[in-house]
Amino acid sequence: MREVMTKTMARNVFYGGSLFFIAIFLFLSFNSVGYIKNTSTSTATLTDSVVAGKRVWEANACIDCHTLLGEGAYFAPELGNVMRRWGVQDDPEDAFDMLKGWMEAQPSGIEGRRQMPQFNLSDEQIRNLANFLLWTGTINTQSWPPNDAG
Amino acid sequence: MKYQSQRVAYWYFLAAMAVFSVQVLGGLWAGWIYVNPNFFSEAVPFNIIRMIHTNALIVWLLLGFFGAAYFLVPEESERELQSPLLAYVQLGILLLGTAGVVVTYAFDLFHGNWLLGKEGREFLEQPVWVKLGIVVAALIFLYNITFTVLKGRKTAITNVLLLGLWGLVLLFLFAFYNPGNLSLDKMFWWYVVHLWVEGTWELVMASILAFLLLKLTGVDREIVEKWLYVIVATALFSGILGTGHHYYWIGTPGYWKWIGSIFSSLEVVPFFAMMSFAFIMVWKGKRDHPNKAALLWSLGSATVAFFGAGVWGFLHTLHGVNYYSHGTQITAAHGHLAFYGAYVSVNLAIITYAMPILRGRDPYNQVLNMVSFWLMTGGMAFMTFVLTFAGVIQTHMQRVLGDNFMDVQDGMALFYIMRWGAGLAVVIGAILFIYAQLVPGREVIARDAKQEA
Repeated sequence: MREVMTKTMARNVFYGGSLFFIAIFLFLSFNSVGYIKNTSTSTATLTDSVVAGKRVWEANACIDCHTLLGEGAYFAPELGNVMRRWGVQDDPEDAFDMLKGWMEAQPSGIEGRRQMPQFNLSDEQIRNLANFLLWTGTINTQSWPPNDAG
Repeated sequence: MKYQSQRVAYWYFLAAMAVFSVQVLGGLWAGWIYVNPNFFSEAVPFNIIRMIHTNALIVWLLLGFFGAAYFLVPEESERELQSPLLAYVQLGILLLGTAGVVVTYAFDLFHGNWLLGKEGREFLEQPVWVKLGIVVAALIFLYNITFTVLKGRKTAITNVLLLGLWGLVLLFLFAFYNPGNLSLDKMFWWYVVHLWVEGTWELVMASILAFLLLKLTGVDREIVEKWLYVIVATALFSGILGTGHHYYWIGTPGYWKWIGSIFSSLEVVPFFAMMSFAFIMVWKGKRDHPNKAALLWSLGSATVAFFGAGVWGFLHTLHGVNYYSHGTQITAAHGHLAFYGAYVSVNLAIITYAMPILRGRDPYNQVLNMVSFWLMTGGMAFMTFVLTFAGVIQTHMQRVLGDNFMDVQDGMALFYIMRWGAGLAVVIGAILFIYAQLVPGREVIARDAKQEA
């Protein structure tokens, strides 16, 4: 490297190249935002209830046990496809009932079994959360996960 | 200590080590819940412990980076810090925020409050008021460091360090953007998370490593700095578009599968370069520096970062592999070794190097320090191996065969027991390290011996 390149050359390559790649990245990011808004997610069904459900998801730090689209902690099951796994992806009422039954049964208290806390959610919060998970189930994720197990 | 204001680094390093101990104890606790799931499960659920484990990691690494900057910038710039007082104010804000975060998580205070309650996006769970505090602290820091550098001697090390730190702070602003659309949320969430650890933090790491090697080996600055520019060039050329490997399955366009696979595969290059750099400098160097422990940590950091971030990252970064392995224990294995090698070790390296100088004495407790290196590194390596095996089994049973998540997890119990044992070794190593820094042993020859710097 001694003869091939001087320090100044290395510095200029670093600055120039980085700016080049930042520019490409910003361009692709811009393109991706458009793709998300118009193609892969449904903005028409992104209701206030879905957004409120997202806040319920966040306020209870669900991501620190579960994964959502594969991201999060790996302590508890993937929830991006939970409504499909439960067979209620197409029926919001059944989705609400399932989720309500599930949330109210926690913690199971079974010895040797991972425990989910009791979050004391109101019916409205559960409905919002169900709608959020239903909406998440409609995102075009390049057909991830490979199967319903998540 | 050449400059009096370097002293602020001492308090940053102490704070970093304190939060480090919280982090590893949190990890030990979380690992124990995997072994014994009913352990205080109602008083302190897993998600609370996990938030403390990951947030404490981020905070202490940042405290270490800030401390490293306050230590090396005066020496590089050949002048005192712009304002030591502001540096202490900054530290106070960060520690107040840290305490606030722990209390907020532990007692779930102000649940759902937009300003005071936790935010609940992974790693960015801090309440808004803490995030604002971080921004204020960061601005103070940037002011302090930037003006010190501008008024003094400019070197490649401070150049790259400043660039990394400015980038780090600016990217953190995306933590305030939380759209209702989950795909958009995730896309810009990675602007913080990926562009930190696989972008700007690499710049910080490389410049700290360059500073350490310059001091420890005595190799010509011209050579060190040329290497530094080449390393950070490869880091950003691969890392920026390498963000694409997080854009496979979150609703982003399909072209990221190719861009992400190609560029993130190249992310191994800067880590290989850093490892080569470290060893070549040591071979070339003529200086026999007395701080052997700092040298061990420097070489260890570059090596473990290559394996943890480079090799283990490549293991599951190609989209065809990631389709099956995404979000399994393979990710956890990679995350642990990458963070340990790249960022934990480089922090412990600069702390090991700087503490004797900051205390005005010869290097002390070196053997104990090196024992702690091997305990922690051995523990992390073993943890990575068992989690990798667990992850391979999980990937096959859950993603290929389609078995239920919890059934698969129950089958992995043995791995989680071994992981906890490995974690215990890491914790003991961490305690030894902190003890070695805080309680100087008797091998010290003269109290006021001048450190060769």
